[in-house]
Amino acid sequence: MAAHDDTAGRQDNIWLLLLITPAIVVFLAFWLLPIGKLIVLGGSGEHGLATYFDVLVNSRYLTVLLITAALAAGVTVVTLLISIVSGVFLARSDFFGRSVLVAILTLPLAFPGVVIGFMVIMLGGRQGLIGSLTNWATGNRLVFAYTFTGLFVGYVYFSIPRVILTVMASAEKLDVGLEEAAKSLGASEWRVFSDVVIPGLMPALMSSGAICFATAMGAFGTAFTLNVGIPVLPMLIYTEFTLNANIAVAAALSVILGLMTWLVLAGARSFAGNTVAAAA
Amino acid sequence: MRRPGLFAAQLVFTLLVAAFLAVPIAMSIVAGFTQNFFFGVASGLTTRWVAEVWTRYGDTVLFSLAIAFFCLAINLVIGIPAAYVLAKRRNTVTRMFEELIVLPVAVPGLATALALVMVYGRFGDFRTSGAFILVGHVVYTLPFMVRSVLAVLSSIDLRLLEEGAASLGAGFWQKIFTIALPNAMPGILAGSLMVVTLSIGEFNLTLLLSTPLTQTMPVGLAVAYTNSRLELGSAYTLLFFVIIIPLLVALQLWGNPSRARKARPLLAEGDER
Repeated sequence: MAAHDDTAGRQDNIWLLLLITPAIVVFLAFWLLPIGKLIVLGGSGEHGLATYFDVLVNSRYLTVLLITAALAAGVTVVTLLISIVSGVFLARSDFFGRSVLVAILTLPLAFPGVVIGFMVIMLGGRQGLIGSLTNWATGNRLVFAYTFTGLFVGYVYFSIPRVILTVMASAEKLDVGLEEAAKSLGASEWRVFSDVVIPGLMPALMSSGAICFATAMGAFGTAFTLNVGIPVLPMLIYTEFTLNANIAVAAALSVILGLMTWLVLAGARSFAGNTVAAAA
Repeated sequence: MRRPGLFAAQLVFTLLVAAFLAVPIAMSIVAGFTQNFFFGVASGLTTRWVAEVWTRYGDTVLFSLAIAFFCLAINLVIGIPAAYVLAKRRNTVTRMFEELIVLPVAVPGLATALALVMVYGRFGDFRTSGAFILVGHVVYTLPFMVRSVLAVLSSIDLRLLEEGAASLGAGFWQKIFTIALPNAMPGILAGSLMVVTLSIGEFNLTLLLSTPLTQTMPVGLAVAYTNSRLELGSAYTLLFFVIIIPLLVALQLWGNPSRARKARPLLAEGDER
């Protein structure tokens, strides 16, 4: 009997290996191998592996890298603040039309960046809503779509749905008893919020904030549509590759960008895991 | 118990946020039907922009749908079996594979596209065919299918059910078709919706992989936004909404099976920008 189980188990293992092989082959051939080649190419410029170093000390590339990181950080902070207010509110209240509101707030989740860019043009372009409103109110047409502000607005636009979903899910799981206890001990509404609600939301804020930051770092479509004067890192990679044919630099920059976003996401996941474990 | 002032302030704030997201969508829909958006709806309503978009860019719509269809087919054929194996054998190697296949989502699509062009760009027939875009979409969407099916299979006691079936004489394939697949259906549905939605909206990868003859809808949209008048861009966006919004609504309805809350946060991780 045991011997029979063994052969059956071995037979199963062979079948299982065959079942997962296509996925492994596709992943190796069309992602891991190409990315490996990209890493090698990034180190194949005039200065070899030092290309990575050169790129990081080159003031033009470094400036773009810092601008992109600052933009992503600013977008993350603003999106988190908006999502905390609206996410906690929506998770805790029940009123007519609430589900419609939630649906609207999560609708743009899978809009591509190019379409988000067009939404910014609708708001802040030459024929945009804000322009018409300011023209009517002050006689001056405010056009911001093709500036840094427009880029910022677009990034916040696509960040809100993903962050608000996570904050809402986390707020629903908060223990209201803790807040009642704090209140009964005389804590003000604000103290309850800052000392009980925010710490409870912290794992969700860290992980969704990291996702927001990483996505903003790698965002390409919105910047491509708005094509503002200030280049962000993905736009720089695109122009280095297509216009300047500077393949080594484009490769090195994309490896650096990919490494940054991956590290931020991995860090957030381990942080979220640790706090969950600590809370349990 | 709750202070009415606070409630009203939060409600107004949330309504403003919703307006920030919804108003541009509504505006672009109206603009797509307006003779001349500069003079507003007063200039008259028309379907000529939609018709013009269809003649100029209709092939990108069909091309995107075809890519999404084949992307889904490949995901079903390679993703479901992979998820089944990951659910059957939880060990270091399978966990590592599960981590690895998510990398194309964690790394910006532009980097993946650049890498694919570097390695396969010289194979002319492959480079200029839709298959080049397809492989990019497959590696990008695969983790969504695998994790969504895996989440459902992990939420049931697969081992116990399969042992029961085996004791009744079911073989390897019979166990798959009578136990695993029927139970995995909600995950397969959610995964399929995600794969199609992401493939249709993908731009970051697709731009570098596309050629003038292989243009998807988002690539066509980017071209239209920079080269065409606002009404035409709006009408094109409208066409995109008609396809993507039903998918998003379906995702809100069926995108979160097993209450494991794995499916939706995963979509939120999607680097769609």
